Amino acid sequence: MTSATEGRLLGRSQIEDLFIVPAFALVAALVIGAGVMLATGVTFSTIGQSYVALLRGSVGSVNAVSETLTAALPLVLAGLGLALGFRAGLFNIGAEGQIIMGGLAAVVAGVALGDLPAIFALPGALFAGALAGALYASIAGWLKAATGAHEVISTIMLNLISYRLLDYLLRTPLIQKEGRADPISKSVPDAAELPKLLTFIDINLRLHAGIFLTLAMVFVAYWLLFRSKLGFEFRASGENPVAARVAGMNAGLTIVLAMAIAGALAGLAGANQTLGVLDRATPGFSAGIGFDAIAVALLGRSHPVGVLFAGLLFGALEAGGRQMQVDAGVSIDLIGIIQSLVIVFIAAPLLMKTIFPWGFRRSDAP
Amino acid sequence: MTVLLDKARQRQTRVTGVILISIALLLALFLAPDATGNATFRLSRPNDTWPVPNLVVPGGAFIYVVSAFTAFLGVRLFLRGGAKWAPLILGVGLAVAVAAFLVWATAGKSFSLTGMLQASLVRAVPIALGGLAGVLSERVAVVNIGIEGMLLAGAFTGALVGSLAGGLAGLAAAVAVGGVFGFALAALVVTYRMDQIIAGVFINLFVLGVTSYVSSQVFQEYRALNNAPVFRAIEIPILSDLPVIGPVFFNQNIFVYGAFILAALATYYLFHTRYGLRARAVGEHPRAADTLGINVYRTRYVNVTIAGMVAGFGGAWFTLGSVGRFDEGMTGGRGFIGLAAMIFGRWHPVGALLAALVFGFADSLQQKLALLGTPIPSEFLAMAPYIATIVVVAGVVGRARAPAADGKPYVKE
Repeated sequence: MTSATEGRLLGRSQIEDLFIVPAFALVAALVIGAGVMLATGVTFSTIGQSYVALLRGSVGSVNAVSETLTAALPLVLAGLGLALGFRAGLFNIGAEGQIIMGGLAAVVAGVALGDLPAIFALPGALFAGALAGALYASIAGWLKAATGAHEVISTIMLNLISYRLLDYLLRTPLIQKEGRADPISKSVPDAAELPKLLTFIDINLRLHAGIFLTLAMVFVAYWLLFRSKLGFEFRASGENPVAARVAGMNAGLTIVLAMAIAGALAGLAGANQTLGVLDRATPGFSAGIGFDAIAVALLGRSHPVGVLFAGLLFGALEAGGRQMQVDAGVSIDLIGIIQSLVIVFIAAPLLMKTIFPWGFRRSDAP
Repeated sequence: MTVLLDKARQRQTRVTGVILISIALLLALFLAPDATGNATFRLSRPNDTWPVPNLVVPGGAFIYVVSAFTAFLGVRLFLRGGAKWAPLILGVGLAVAVAAFLVWATAGKSFSLTGMLQASLVRAVPIALGGLAGVLSERVAVVNIGIEGMLLAGAFTGALVGSLAGGLAGLAAAVAVGGVFGFALAALVVTYRMDQIIAGVFINLFVLGVTSYVSSQVFQEYRALNNAPVFRAIEIPILSDLPVIGPVFFNQNIFVYGAFILAALATYYLFHTRYGLRARAVGEHPRAADTLGINVYRTRYVNVTIAGMVAGFGGAWFTLGSVGRFDEGMTGGRGFIGLAAMIFGRWHPVGALLAALVFGFADSLQQKLALLGTPIPSEFLAMAPYIATIVVVAGVVGRARAPAADGKPYVKE
């Protein structure tokens, strides 16, 4: 996907990769987004108003920053998992399903462990989330290793299956909230919740302790990818599967492990949502995070630090988009367009060069 | 290399065998004891020209026979290998298992088989056209994950233009917009050498974004823009009076006929014209094709654009061919199932069409079973087509060979 050889935290070419290219991409995407608004009869003043709201809703106040971070956390976690997969040459579209499985398992474990002190209940619930995500992703990994089934199709199907499975499981007596007929899970007990961090400023601020988990995982993913033997095997299999096999690496095991770790991170993203934000599982609680995370991983060039910044950017777009919908009456779906355009501009350096011939001094495309 | 392949193939055959044995056990242990009474399948409607008697099957006995047969196939596959026939055996095993399942669900009741087959065909249309679009672009070695987005674009355009200017104009516009996205994909992967899968994901996300945006920003307010006419079924004289076959094949709308005609045309084009031969050469060995004077880039542009047009036509089915109204994300993964159909159909237009019919059958089966009131939760029935896709992809993909250069960009020297 990108050249995987560089292991330094930030090299010179990576600064261009991580900051300059995304900045151009974002500007281009915002301009085209304005064009789309114009085409649907939105006036110039409203377009200005919506981009002001986008900025204000993402970084304009303590609440805005808290919302941006809250929205960014699951994107970073799931994006890290996908980035690991990309490095290993696996295009895992299944983060959405892994988030659902992880989030649901975290709720179930949280409810079961709710009577224990938080020091046991919370890690237990998080672990359950990671494990469920890992197991669900391993299905696709195993199918690929054992039969050669392409992970793109099998993970998409696992996503579609997970939606139905969630709807079903939310109605089973073990999970469904007592006395409710609609599909909704029991509430997560306090002991298993990720505690809110900023309630001393304002009771409504939603930022929670998942931020520490996320930062820790950025570090873990970085270490795993660039400092461990396993990460080397991932990158080797991704760069040149034949050479990796000739060098004695077990291709099948690498695939299953890479999928399992990716799934564990996506599962943590789900647990982050159910334990930190929603306090329960509901139908569709994954809310497309798994798909946005694909964009985040691509945007971050499959580098853990890049994923962190890309997640923050997408979190800001998400939080700002909500403000935009309220202030300017422009549908939040516009954000989806902007995000997709950011991907295409980043993933096609040649296209960027054509649009901004004066912007880059890159000697060659990766 | 051959040793590795043989080993993988052998393991895959074993997996297939285990799948069949598990199905046989499920049938014998859970379904057969539960199926009491006869299952009655209605083949004719009351006012058919030539009525046919109902098909009556004894429930339990039939399922035990099927279970034994499936177990025999599975054990044979597991012990004896025979990789060559494994896909066919898996297909036969799954088909009889589905029949047994249907008998179990219908036991003691009656059920319109003709109605279900008719619905299968209708539901196979977007999958078949998506699969066909996949065949056309992968034959020139461009992996097209963006089919889902192209279907969605076709559905949206069909509804919008169809509401403004009538059904035929909507259909034409859907085909054109599909072509535009096909061209865009070709431009991204051929000219700008973007990763093919990322380009496809981009198209999916972009189309989902634009159509959702317009539908919540504009359609909510101006409902008249999202109220398109629907193409009615066209009865083909005499043929449509045939029992069972008539209503299933000869009393459908233009999308169903279109899918069959396009599959035939694509087969003729790919395998019986010089342009098709060139396209396949570009998909197998672009360097060699280039050396022989074939314009690799232009061939990819043309074929992927045509694939987009086919997908746009298939997308119009969602609005102009069924409900006349666009809903956000209404394609619901059909494009991806289309890709599975393409693999199942071994990158051949007719194969993709037949595979799509299987998926269409699974789709309509789950819908009709919900009506029969089986004890299986509806969510699990709804999963059936997706699970079938996974089984199919896992069961045959190792054996079906993709075009050799599939997914690889070509840089002219």
